Amino acid sequence: MSTVVLLTVTGLGLAALYFLVASGLSLIFGLMGVLNFAHGAFLTIGAYGTWWAAENIPGAGATGWGFVYAVAFGVAVGTLVAAVVELTLIRPLYERHIEQVLVTVGLSLALVALVRAVWGADPRPFPRPELARGTTSLLGANVPNDRFLLIATAIVVLVAVLAFLRFTRFGLVIRAGVENRTMVTALGIDVRRAFTLVFAIGGAFAALAGALGGIYLGSISPGQGTSLLIFAFIVVVIGGMSSITGTAVAAVLVGLVQQFANYYAASGVGDLSVVLLLAVVLLTRPGGLTARLA
Amino acid sequence: MLQVAGLTCAIGGAVIVSDVSFDVAPGEFVAVIGPNGAGKTSLFNLLSGLLPVTSGSVTLAGTDITRAGPADRARRGLGRTFQASSVFAGLTVQENVRLAAQARLGGSMRAWQLVRPSDRAYEVAGRALDRVGLGSRAHLPAGSLSHGDKRKLELAILLATDPALVLLDEPMAGVSTEEVAGLTEVIAGVHREEGKTVLMVEHHMDVLLGLADRVAVMHHGALLALDTPARVTGDPAVQEAYLGDAL
Repeated sequence: MSTVVLLTVTGLGLAALYFLVASGLSLIFGLMGVLNFAHGAFLTIGAYGTWWAAENIPGAGATGWGFVYAVAFGVAVGTLVAAVVELTLIRPLYERHIEQVLVTVGLSLALVALVRAVWGADPRPFPRPELARGTTSLLGANVPNDRFLLIATAIVVLVAVLAFLRFTRFGLVIRAGVENRTMVTALGIDVRRAFTLVFAIGGAFAALAGALGGIYLGSISPGQGTSLLIFAFIVVVIGGMSSITGTAVAAVLVGLVQQFANYYAASGVGDLSVVLLLAVVLLTRPGGLTARLA
Repeated sequence: MLQVAGLTCAIGGAVIVSDVSFDVAPGEFVAVIGPNGAGKTSLFNLLSGLLPVTSGSVTLAGTDITRAGPADRARRGLGRTFQASSVFAGLTVQENVRLAAQARLGGSMRAWQLVRPSDRAYEVAGRALDRVGLGSRAHLPAGSLSHGDKRKLELAILLATDPALVLLDEPMAGVSTEEVAGLTEVIAGVHREEGKTVLMVEHHMDVLLGLADRVAVMHHGALLALDTPARVTGDPAVQEAYLGDAL
């Protein structure tokens, strides 16, 4: 029983990371059809930004509010980089999807190489606030607290995004744009301007996932974001490409399947079963779990 | 209101619209007819900026908009509906219209601004929905409406953007026979009571005869005739090209 509880909570924690990365990917794809392969690099930037701030910025640190400041710094850097990438590299290539893929893949390689050149390829120990270091007893299992932190953050982000889409003017533009970009443009709304903000929000979530991933894994390395990105893409496809709620459900599914398969079969089978899950979903529901936004 | 001069569009060597010239006066209702593939929808796409103009010019209310983008044209008062029903199926009826009102009134990009029922966009949307008779169905998902009601919703969306010139691309397409009369009445109301200039592609001749001031006939991308409905239907060249088959 306690194993099942531990696996479930850990799977949900992993799902939280996937969701944070995948939600941005899905909004970016839904609104402009851009497959952002540089999204994993935003995660790496968020992780290194947080780690760097914790060591170098006065007031920021590895514990308490200092750690919150460090995460805020990492997320701010990730957001800024995402916005700059959108304005300088993606914007000139609107509607040119092959070029977009090439530029984001290239950018991803370049950013990871840059991080590696500055801080080395070896994993760096990541600051873990005392809150995340302890364990909580849940139904007989000792669950590390960082899992709860991940899950709680993802839930807050999910609720915030849904509320933003539902209750703001801008959210209405995004929901309509995801459904039919041409029609929104025909109404006289410049969807490209909305896209810059969506891209930056996606970058912020990825950077946040970078910081949380650092807590979860205890260390950070330059290639971390890119390997997480593959699963995030699988989550986006299973979730129906442009649906936030679909992405959340798919993230939970992928996280749980991966954890349980890794434990009960053999280590590494988890990754394989996620790909199998993708195949099954695509064969039975080619449009993903849901084909609409929220 | 609208001047079109020598409008031509060629894509990959194929001429889709060839040397089309006509004027539409303010408050006028001009219908565009022609066989399938005559270039009617392409003409609309050129006018609304969705297709690039190869040569010729489009002038809206004295401003040359030949090279303007679709969003820019919409802001200058050119509104259009699409041949395929084009409402946001996932949004509610009210949200569909509110989005359009928001586009006209500005402020869509104020990212964190919450929507309040006291907003001007709410008021504009409510008025447009009442005009087309959908006021009681404002909170249904747009995807659940009947075909005819979706067309009415498209008209409400257009009205909310307060366009000076309205382009309607086959508004009766796919609408059940029972709904045609009601929809015709709504379109007539938009033209006469709201004072909109209308350009409409339509196949139902009987609908056009009551609505249109003039009828433009297109054939093979060119403008074959442009005259009152009575004279157009009497034109031998038009009968040869189109009406002979269609009627």
